[in-house]
Amino acid sequence: MKRIILSLVVTMLCLVPVMASAAGKVISVSQFVEHPALDAVLKGTQDYFRDNKLDVTFNVHNAQANMATTVQIAAQIMGEQPDLVIAIATPSAQACAQKIHGTPILATAVTDHVGAGLVKSMEHPGGNVSGTSDMLPVARQLDLIREFHPGIKTLGVIYNSGEANSVTLVKLLKAACDAAGIKLEEATVLNSAGIYQAAKSLVGRAEAIFLPTDNTVISALESVVKVCRQNKLPLYAADNDSVERGTIAALAFDYYKLGYQTGAMAKRILFDGADVSTMPVESLQELSLHVNLKAAEAMGVTVPESVLSRAEKVIK
Amino acid sequence: MTWYAFYGALEQGFVYGLLVLGVYLTFRVLDFPDLTVDGSLPLGAAVSSVAITAGINPYLSLLMAMGAGFLAGMVTGILNTKFKILHLLASILTMIALYSINIRIMGKPNLTLLGTDTVLDSVSNLGLPPHMSAPLLFACFCAVAVVALVWFLHTELGLTLLATGDNAQMITAQGVNTHTVIIFGVGLSNALAALSGALVAQNQGAADVNMGVGTIVAGLASVIVGETLFGCRSVARAMIAAILGSVAYRLAIALALGLKLGSFSFTPSDLNLITAILVIAALVSPQLKSRFRK
Repeated sequence: MKRIILSLVVTMLCLVPVMASAAGKVISVSQFVEHPALDAVLKGTQDYFRDNKLDVTFNVHNAQANMATTVQIAAQIMGEQPDLVIAIATPSAQACAQKIHGTPILATAVTDHVGAGLVKSMEHPGGNVSGTSDMLPVARQLDLIREFHPGIKTLGVIYNSGEANSVTLVKLLKAACDAAGIKLEEATVLNSAGIYQAAKSLVGRAEAIFLPTDNTVISALESVVKVCRQNKLPLYAADNDSVERGTIAALAFDYYKLGYQTGAMAKRILFDGADVSTMPVESLQELSLHVNLKAAEAMGVTVPESVLSRAEKVIK
Repeated sequence: MTWYAFYGALEQGFVYGLLVLGVYLTFRVLDFPDLTVDGSLPLGAAVSSVAITAGINPYLSLLMAMGAGFLAGMVTGILNTKFKILHLLASILTMIALYSINIRIMGKPNLTLLGTDTVLDSVSNLGLPPHMSAPLLFACFCAVAVVALVWFLHTELGLTLLATGDNAQMITAQGVNTHTVIIFGVGLSNALAALSGALVAQNQGAADVNMGVGTIVAGLASVIVGETLFGCRSVARAMIAAILGSVAYRLAIALALGLKLGSFSFTPSDLNLITAILVIAALVSPQLKSRFRK
């Protein structure tokens, strides 16, 4: 018994990582889960420093979608005593904001920094947290759908009601639809198993379907595509990867660019002496339009010339 | 591992230790595998954070969370005893129902507590740095819970609870209604899970509807690791072992997070694998030891 405990303690002591005394700056990263968009954010941030030849060491931690682990990662980061913390996605950002004080934190891939309690206001964060928001320009996305379907009266949306970001986005979408005189038909899912049924429930109820950047829905996008092809129901997404996978079009921003922009903010704090508490939360304004002609044909939609001419990428 | 990471693991071990006590009650004492905790942990978090944002005292919010958790456990118990639904299924039904209920309670899937008063503020005045005061506070909660449970299990109702898990038939023959005992026991277990969830939310700065995912796995792993490492000869010892098991489980995760072996480095996606291996090592080591003795 005692020997087991002793051997455990000894093992732990042997594994104590020796902190490398790097001359450059140290950035600790707390990422919530491995996911293409979130991975792209991290890559964008790291590439910013590489491209600008700045000496920065990254300590990357990933909670594998476990909230208890986000808190332990925050403790781990305190031990690393970095010059700056980058928290990717809401749960990681909240855990870091709660536990880490005195070190600047940039929260990225968070939709609503104010709603998540990370900052006092988007313009004046006030504490040690600022960052970049992945708030979607839903009004401009709705405009795109209306360009395809000029007199559209009902729009369907599928999302997981347990994802905070999706709930925020759908609330904004509803406001935009109300303003445009469109009825929003909502179908909510609990997990990826319910998505096929949710998509089917919108057949006959909606003239087109829009998918926000919902982790649950996008992970099982193919089942929605199938239903939409079978029923000639036009399908639009909020991210460009989904266009490749079978939606008609998306007006989206690039998570890699969001990470790159976060890198630029981090550089201003680390090397130019900027104060995080006075740095407004930034968001990307630059959007790219992707169109999938094959999907449009399968869902019985003609792509307007105006859309086609300004598309950044057309999949034939 | 740095001291911060060590204290972080203690803090997580103790704050989830209350949940592990609940899991011990159902899983070991009542012989009732209860998955309700995946829903009652976020239920406690939801009730507590809604109460706190409404201006209610954080300590009072803990009692409200426990009450809600107790009711949730009672539902599982009633489904099982009165309606003859298999315990696993009954608890899964309550768990998935709680998902919707928790979103209803909070009004949205994530409710932030950043910048509000929590129970942690009461210990921050002691002068200890925050990374030490949180584990201390949660250890106190665990100590109180263990003392209360040991006392309770020596009362008449408590003894019936112990006996029900051992031999329900004998208890029924004695003229005791096992239904009431099971409903109460599962309720008590979920009250502890909800208390744990309320403290977790106050500690990590937000209640989130998805925070309960995998709770039962962590709970069972902690109970079993605790039994293996620290023994379970008496009820009191088994409960202390369960809490220490919870700490050991979190230490294993902290270790996995900080692991670097020379030029070979693990990627973040290896975390789950490393944690599983460390827990398995704890489970297997006593068997190996007894084999060496032979």
